[in-house]
Amino acid sequence: MESVGNTQAQLFGMAAEVPSASALYHAAEKVRDAGYKRWDVYSPFPIHGMDHAMGLKKSWLSALVFFGGLTGFATAIVLTFYPSTIEYPLIVAGKPVNFFTVPAFFPIMFELTVLISAFTATFGMLALNGLPRWNHPMFNWDRFRKVSNDGFFLAIEATDPQFDEEATRAMLEGLGAKHITLVHGD
Amino acid sequence: MIADPSMKSPEAAAKRIERAPLVTRNRSMAWITDHVASCTEKKAPLWWWIAFVLSASLAVVSGLCIAYLISTGVGVWGLNSPVGWAWDITNFVFWIGIGHAGTLISAILFLTRQKWRTSINRAAEAMTLFAVICAAIFPVFHVGRVWMAWFLAPVPNSNAIWQNFRSPLLWDVFAVSTYFTVSVLFWYTGLVPDLATLRDRATTKLRKFFYGIGALGWRGGNRQWKHYEMAYLILAGLSTPLVLSVHSVVSFDFATSVIPGWHTTIFPPYFVAGAIFGGFAMVLTIMLPARAIFGLHDLITDDHVDKMCKIILLTGSIVGYAYAMEFFIAWYGGNLFEQYAFINRATGPYWWAYWSMIFCNVVAPQLFWFRFFRRHVLWVFIVCMFVNAGMWFERFVIIVTSLHRDFLPSSWGMFYPTWVDIWTFVGTFGVFLSLFLLFIRWLPMICIFEVKAVLPEADPHHGHHDGHHAAPSALKEGAH
Repeated sequence: MESVGNTQAQLFGMAAEVPSASALYHAAEKVRDAGYKRWDVYSPFPIHGMDHAMGLKKSWLSALVFFGGLTGFATAIVLTFYPSTIEYPLIVAGKPVNFFTVPAFFPIMFELTVLISAFTATFGMLALNGLPRWNHPMFNWDRFRKVSNDGFFLAIEATDPQFDEEATRAMLEGLGAKHITLVHGD
Repeated sequence: MIADPSMKSPEAAAKRIERAPLVTRNRSMAWITDHVASCTEKKAPLWWWIAFVLSASLAVVSGLCIAYLISTGVGVWGLNSPVGWAWDITNFVFWIGIGHAGTLISAILFLTRQKWRTSINRAAEAMTLFAVICAAIFPVFHVGRVWMAWFLAPVPNSNAIWQNFRSPLLWDVFAVSTYFTVSVLFWYTGLVPDLATLRDRATTKLRKFFYGIGALGWRGGNRQWKHYEMAYLILAGLSTPLVLSVHSVVSFDFATSVIPGWHTTIFPPYFVAGAIFGGFAMVLTIMLPARAIFGLHDLITDDHVDKMCKIILLTGSIVGYAYAMEFFIAWYGGNLFEQYAFINRATGPYWWAYWSMIFCNVVAPQLFWFRFFRRHVLWVFIVCMFVNAGMWFERFVIIVTSLHRDFLPSSWGMFYPTWVDIWTFVGTFGVFLSLFLLFIRWLPMICIFEVKAVLPEADPHHGHHDGHHAAPSALKEGAH
């Protein structure tokens, strides 16, 4: 079996390539059923239904964004009400400045809710994905460059409790995966 | 319909509703990567340099005009009483409206599962950003003392003045800046996997470094895609009401005033439809030449152009309806000043602007009822140029004709643009085109990963030979 990266360094896992999106989907179902926990499949685009094939739950980014939106909404309430009705009531054309002028604040409440939600969605997604990061053991494998073109890969991590060089290799071969490779860190 | 023999077997029915492929000539994934990424990798062709030098020179003209305005005063523009808002606000609304098509394509068509959007969304979103930048120039410099523009931001200052949060002009500041920021986030989120593609293809250290930084270490693992797709869905969901709100708020700048011709409730939907209308025309104006130059006909197919033409026809007709409804309400409302404002629009000294607007926005797009005109690029381009001009005239008509004849005939007047007005506006086309040319040189102008995802072989159930037709199995997939 081929080895990439610094073989003295910690073993990241065992990676392999499959020929197509549909092969990757079926391979994922089998790895899931074999009971592996720390593994991933890599593809040039998100594959429809892959979360189910891998046995992954729905992303909880939406919950983060809900609280981001609440923060934006609360910020807007404070930002508009405090100066405009309490600290510095600005009387324009003799119009009232009390609490009942709230409809005039709706646009700003809406915009700030959207703004903070969008920030939470983008940066929350990066945080949940552990990005940005400078490097990753998978990048030690030259073949893996195809992942952003037309390559479909899967990798079982060495930290998986079921990981065993012989057994995992046999399983990957059984899936019809090619180019089975041990991936080491730097 | 039921008697139709072709509907009898499910296979035949599925075949009948089968759609034209989104990527023609069975292009492979590697071909798509290669074809899109190589636009940024090859040496810049001669036409690019010529186009860039011309548009950058125009941008410099705009810059010089602005420098002259700052050093002299806002009076170098032709604004005066009674027309205190003229080309500057016309240009602002014109440019900000153009941006809307990008967000419509990237967000609303995403939520409605219109997969044909994948090959045009990247460039349209980039166009949004550049159009908003051009738009921002006008209100920022119209404030006169531009070094005081930070007064718009709600920060405590030494003058102890707070912003009027009940003013539509301040809502506009929030709406436009939120729109720009969210559009940048949405655009960049979409770019990350494609930047990873450019990083993995990089042959020079410099490209590897910069695209590597931009790609943030993206690996394409499904555990990443899971959060990524959720983020993209949420951003699309947030951008949808946002894009509708932005031009609504822009229209509040007019609608909340008491000027006849402005004080109408039809403005928000009318402005939004007009923005999408003008935006799609601009998308086609820049995408048709780009498609021809880079040979992207298999990705941006004639079907794509056809669909965009239909949206132009739809929104153009909504705009035409709004023009008619404004007249109807002016008559039905019985307000003499309102009636006069509209009669003056069509028959007063600015009649030529009004009828240019009607011809460009309402009459010209009607050609798109006919397949012939939607399928012939030259005709599409000509109609889009009419729409581009027509949407500028629309804003000019709304703004200048409503202001130039005030309530008292003693304060009537005309607006005449100065050379600074004209060249600042012409120069913004240079700003827009320069930014777009830089974009197509340095970033993938088509969303590589999303186009791959709409190929038939991207479907995990593709290639199953168990007696089922492809379409029924796709339907089954959608069911669970």
